Amino acid sequence: MAVTTPEHGLPGHLVDFVGALRRHGVAVGPGETVDAAEVVGALDLLRRRELREGLASALLRRSGQREVFDTLFDLYFPPALGVGAQDVEVPRTETDDGSEGPVDVDALRDLLADLLLAGDEEALRELARAAVDALGTAGASGTGVQGVNGRPSWSAYQALRLMSPETLLARILDGMRQDGDPTDDFTDEVRRREIRDRIARFRKMVQDEVRRRTAEQRGRDQVAKTAVPKQAEQVEFLSAYAEQLAQLRRTVHPLARRLASRLAVRRKHAKRGTLDMRRTLRRSMSTGGVPMKPAYKTRRPGRPELVILCDVSGSVAGFSHFTLLLVQALREQFSKVRVFAFVEKTDEVTHLFEPGAELSGVMQRVLREADLTAFDGHSDYGHALGSFGEFWGEAITSKTSLLILGDARTNYRDPNLAVLRRLAGQARHAHWLNPEPERQWGTGDSAAHRYADVLPMHECRTAGQLADVVEALLPV
Amino acid sequence: MKATQSPLFGSVDEVTERLEGVGYLASTAVATTVYLADRLGKPLLVEGPAGVGKTELAKAVAAATGSGLVRLQCYEGIDEARALYEWNHAKQLLRITAGQGHESWDATRDDVFSEEFLLPRPLLTAIRRDDPTVLLIDEMDKADVEVEGLLLEVLSDYQVSIPEMGTVTATRKPFALLTSNSTRELSEALKRRCLFLHLDFPDPDLERRIVLTRVPELPQALADALVRTVRVLRAMELRKVPSVAETIDWGRTLLALGLDTLDDDAVRQTLGVVLKHQSDQVKASAELRLN
Repeated sequence: MAVTTPEHGLPGHLVDFVGALRRHGVAVGPGETVDAAEVVGALDLLRRRELREGLASALLRRSGQREVFDTLFDLYFPPALGVGAQDVEVPRTETDDGSEGPVDVDALRDLLADLLLAGDEEALRELARAAVDALGTAGASGTGVQGVNGRPSWSAYQALRLMSPETLLARILDGMRQDGDPTDDFTDEVRRREIRDRIARFRKMVQDEVRRRTAEQRGRDQVAKTAVPKQAEQVEFLSAYAEQLAQLRRTVHPLARRLASRLAVRRKHAKRGTLDMRRTLRRSMSTGGVPMKPAYKTRRPGRPELVILCDVSGSVAGFSHFTLLLVQALREQFSKVRVFAFVEKTDEVTHLFEPGAELSGVMQRVLREADLTAFDGHSDYGHALGSFGEFWGEAITSKTSLLILGDARTNYRDPNLAVLRRLAGQARHAHWLNPEPERQWGTGDSAAHRYADVLPMHECRTAGQLADVVEALLPV
Repeated sequence: MKATQSPLFGSVDEVTERLEGVGYLASTAVATTVYLADRLGKPLLVEGPAGVGKTELAKAVAAATGSGLVRLQCYEGIDEARALYEWNHAKQLLRITAGQGHESWDATRDDVFSEEFLLPRPLLTAIRRDDPTVLLIDEMDKADVEVEGLLLEVLSDYQVSIPEMGTVTATRKPFALLTSNSTRELSEALKRRCLFLHLDFPDPDLERRIVLTRVPELPQALADALVRTVRVLRAMELRKVPSVAETIDWGRTLLALGLDTLDDDAVRQTLGVVLKHQSDQVKASAELRLN
């Protein structure tokens, strides 16, 4: 195993680490790097957890960046080299001559079950380390197939497949029941969720360990490039997978709240208006002619109206879900928001977004209860726009802002530009948010460029972009 | 700025110990950042969900170090006059009227803008104190963006410029702590001047100890069950997840009702203590098979 010493010692290493953070979208300025160096100087380097927290406090500026930071920290400041100190031994079968045989997987699973039950984080981490060392080389268990350079290549899949921690859940719960614990449904359910959570964390430990071992072998830059998770705000709506979706949902909620409160502040400010000279002078009479309290002209507060037209077809499912979450927050903030969903036809779904309604099922309700399809369930922008103009055309007035969400993929049907042009003309503002990358607009069946001629279209692929767009365009 | 000011804490462990001495159990992250903020003389920006003990941390640091706590509570529309300083207009007017006739204008003007007519607000108060001070700027995100500009000078140089009087510089750097619920993104300029701490829900072991410190009469086993249930609740998609404060309340409630195990009956009766929304209660009951 090669341990390379960086060219400029610890400061050089720190700069490398900062560089890696920057490559993963964490904006770290030189000032922060200097802070980080001061942190390194002030702390005891042998206490790794303190160093981790200290560097995080100097380098990070937002909570969403923590996962990227932790992964990179483990790569750049690994807890151990090679196998590391072993507190937990992997059980092996005895061979005749007394030497160590292959791993006794059943005994290992017993050990794992015990540790999962006890919930001892440190011991689990040790076991993950030992297990990866023994089982994690791709190929036959324990022996290790030689990789390209004659060295084993590490695989989390291999280790986890042999141990299959998920299958231990039922066994652990059974064991608990036999211990004579009270077993009502509630206690059972809490336990089940707790153990499941621990298993998930153990999986993650194994993956971290594999990443560390791989980094030792192939160089950490290589691993950093591919194996570091994205920040939730940078995950693309259309390609997010289940775990990221859950994470995104958690980011969008505070985002919506933030936007709403920001909008509220701006509306309040607008009420201040310009100075009313006459009333200010009249008021100053009571203080001997000194204008102590200025009076402002009261301006009639505008009542912003928002009409949202949202493509909910399968191809943009991830995207529409999050925009709908956002719509919900805006609905709570503004008096007049109307929401329409469409696939082939358009239907009003405002009533499903009652303030305070449970959001997780709202998408299913939209698809189930609204009348959206006519023939094959593929999106038909032309017809949808047509039916909107026909039935709800009066919803768009000179005070309305129109927001259309969709990928503008018409399945080669008529895009119906005339209706859209009329709607955009009636509205005070009209904007289109498109979850596809800009370079794909106009390819295949996308009518994005043709629609973009009628009204401004914004690329809106990630939660970050969504925030930027909405903040910039919402009329206040 | 005096470079000779001695730090409040000697080591990270000392931070943990002394905070524990005043009843605040700190995680490694909290202890390390408090230690660094003190050592490097930088303000500490604490962000996190409501009810994890952000404001409590400032109070604990003040108590542990015997410092005075100066608190600036931010709200929408807070301005310079409420945060920094204000001239006492009424008193100034009186002074001008009193001096009329037997004093030159120059003398009056110089006198009217002196210490006597200055009303110090929290930020100026904290800067001018000679004793050790903890400056708590609470709920920074509620204040408007313009207020952040005001804070930049105070937080990076620990000084306040008053145009009529000159610059007031701190004789002793206060330990500054800002809290935010992140309802809006604070400006980069402000964040850059601070050390950042994301205070999240504590790990189960720490939370159990916190609950037991606050509700000492609670049996160990019950505290254990309580913390585990709250963690399960936090993992659900709820509108408002229960915070540490709610765990403590729950403990107190169970104690008051004389319940000694956390079974489904007990939970059904007291779920309202931890979950404050009707829809959350319905969802949690369904998922935890309470019905």
